[in-house]
Amino acid sequence: MTDVPPVCPLPGSPTHIELGHGGGGRMTRRLIEDVFWPVLGEPPGAARHDGAVVTAGAGRPVLTTDAFVVRPLFFPGGDIGRLAVFGTVNDLAMCGAVPHHLTASFILEEGFELEELRRVLRSMRQAADEVGVAIVAGDTKVVERGHGDRLFIAMSGLGWVADGVEIGPARVAPGDVLIVSGDIGRHGIAILAVRENLALSGDIRSDCGELVSSVNALLRAGVDVHCLRDLTRGGLATALWEIARDGAIDLSLDEQRIPVSPGVRGAAELFGFEPASLPCEGRLVAFVPERDAARTLEILASAAPDAVPVAAGAARGRVVERPGRVLLRTAFGTERELEPPFGELLPRIC
Amino acid sequence: MKYVDEYRDAAVAERLSAAIRAVTRRTWTLMEVCGGQTHAIVRFGIDELLPPEIRLIHGPGCPVCVTPLEVLDRALDLASRPDVTLCSFGDMLRVPGSCGTLSGARARGADVRVVYSPLEAVTLAESSPDREIVLLAVGFETTAPANAMAVLEARRRGLRNFSVLVSHVRVPPALGALLDAAECGIDAFLAAGHVCTIMGTAEYEPIAKRHRVPIVVTGFEPIDILEGILMCVRQLESGRAAVENQYSRSVRHAGNREARRVLAEVFEVVPQKWRGIGTIPESGLALTAAFADFDAERRFGLAETRTEEPSECISGLVLRGLKKPTECPAFGTRCDPEHPLGATMVSSEGACAAYYRYRRRG
Repeated sequence: MTDVPPVCPLPGSPTHIELGHGGGGRMTRRLIEDVFWPVLGEPPGAARHDGAVVTAGAGRPVLTTDAFVVRPLFFPGGDIGRLAVFGTVNDLAMCGAVPHHLTASFILEEGFELEELRRVLRSMRQAADEVGVAIVAGDTKVVERGHGDRLFIAMSGLGWVADGVEIGPARVAPGDVLIVSGDIGRHGIAILAVRENLALSGDIRSDCGELVSSVNALLRAGVDVHCLRDLTRGGLATALWEIARDGAIDLSLDEQRIPVSPGVRGAAELFGFEPASLPCEGRLVAFVPERDAARTLEILASAAPDAVPVAAGAARGRVVERPGRVLLRTAFGTERELEPPFGELLPRIC
Repeated sequence: MKYVDEYRDAAVAERLSAAIRAVTRRTWTLMEVCGGQTHAIVRFGIDELLPPEIRLIHGPGCPVCVTPLEVLDRALDLASRPDVTLCSFGDMLRVPGSCGTLSGARARGADVRVVYSPLEAVTLAESSPDREIVLLAVGFETTAPANAMAVLEARRRGLRNFSVLVSHVRVPPALGALLDAAECGIDAFLAAGHVCTIMGTAEYEPIAKRHRVPIVVTGFEPIDILEGILMCVRQLESGRAAVENQYSRSVRHAGNREARRVLAEVFEVVPQKWRGIGTIPESGLALTAAFADFDAERRFGLAETRTEEPSECISGLVLRGLKKPTECPAFGTRCDPEHPLGATMVSSEGACAAYYRYRRRG
């Protein structure tokens, strides 16, 4: 883990993003040289160009792209910078790829404090160092005050997946064990609590984190991973719903085995949210054959010591005539369908 | 989790389910009043734990579902005014009015804010003196005290830019109206625990007596509901018709005196229209004359509007317990949460939404 020292602003230099920073002239260059390069690294003179030429990794390339908008930019357990880096590398990891390179575009709102931008960049650099990826290209645009929400980040990621590794919904097979890598819903409740200034007990922190080391460890150990999905917006419910539909397979889930911390459960009860629909930012669901299930649990537990993985369900049979469903078994032995949330999570009246 | 896990214990549920089977001799129809109870029943499959003689029908206790179309249209009208910020509980945002939803209005530029507490709207009014802040005050006796508090607080702070669009409903007159209808067939009620936490249980005694129906004030967890059903069936089988309190960990006979005092100060009982049901005497709350300055309808001179429900929607029958959501020909086909024909498909407490979410077996 590299600790990047803070960089002091030059005397007399601007303290906030101005429209001129987006003009493409000297101010833009100054922004890049004074704010971005000191933190993310200065490319050698010969490499300062319109794009980064990178070396190929082993196997096949995997590309992904993702955009990040979050208010507030800094929240308990993370910030937009960590979210952006981890969100992008996690998507690569879900394909079984080792992430190598990232690019980042920054949409900056006029008036955004440069010191805040530096904080975000330092956080991105640290997150990138943690997973061993380089941010090799970037762009900035400035929008007028009121036309953005301080800072938006769009990232792309390039990784390499070894030959022979095939991970995706189509490989989920009847009898596969469904493993959730840790307790769910923390990101959603942490953001809700800070955004709405809710005094919730239990200091709920976002689960914002990288899943690369977990996936690497599974693949290195030779676990036959059939499918992986990181839990993000829409939470576990949406991830499973998509896998069931795209893999044309029915999944069953034991409601009592879904890991939810007491704080998140309490908040979900209070606002009428289904915990399985709450956003996460550092959890995955894995489908592995039964013979690999115990090993998967062990590996996930040691790769992310702050999370306790749980075998919470299984894949049933393949279906052909309709999209697959997610069936939730309640504590009372009854069964119901787990649906993804419709859209925005709206708290109930009473 | 304390106060939740012990009310979701499978072994206790099985014991209660066995007790219900043991006491049931005849066929009984029970109505759970509150939408929260409906959701728990469908979510946990509680009806599947009952003997076939016990039929559960779902009541009108979904605040979003019974809010009249006219009120939604007025809220949409207010939200579309450039100087107005409309504050609402989140649940109301996707409910279809005559032309669109508050969520859609927000997307087209209206200033619609989701609040978690009515006092947030008061604070907003104080910090935005150049805007008119309107709170959409809907719901049962559960939400009315908090809205009443917001009005009192706005008066205390001397705010001239805060008003409320009120559409509050009261449970007891609705139960009376359901029982008066010839077709009802309701043998007993599971009354709503949260409403009685505020109001107490005395209002229900004349209803139980006059209509000879057991009324059991019941909580919202699976064990609460099973116990409430057992208490109802015991009364029915022994020919009794009394008000009993299953939810004694929250409900006192006199209710919450302070909340009732606040209600009585700010609101008065009025006839009220219920969406899908019609007007029920004494079933609503409106601001008293002393608080008329805070009445959004008066402040903005809102005219009476004529509205029309989609003819295909049977939510009125669902809200009166006369039809199950799945008996609607549009259910899950022309009506789903994405394209709802009625409020019962949208609200997190609506019966149609509960069936759509938990009971659609393809």
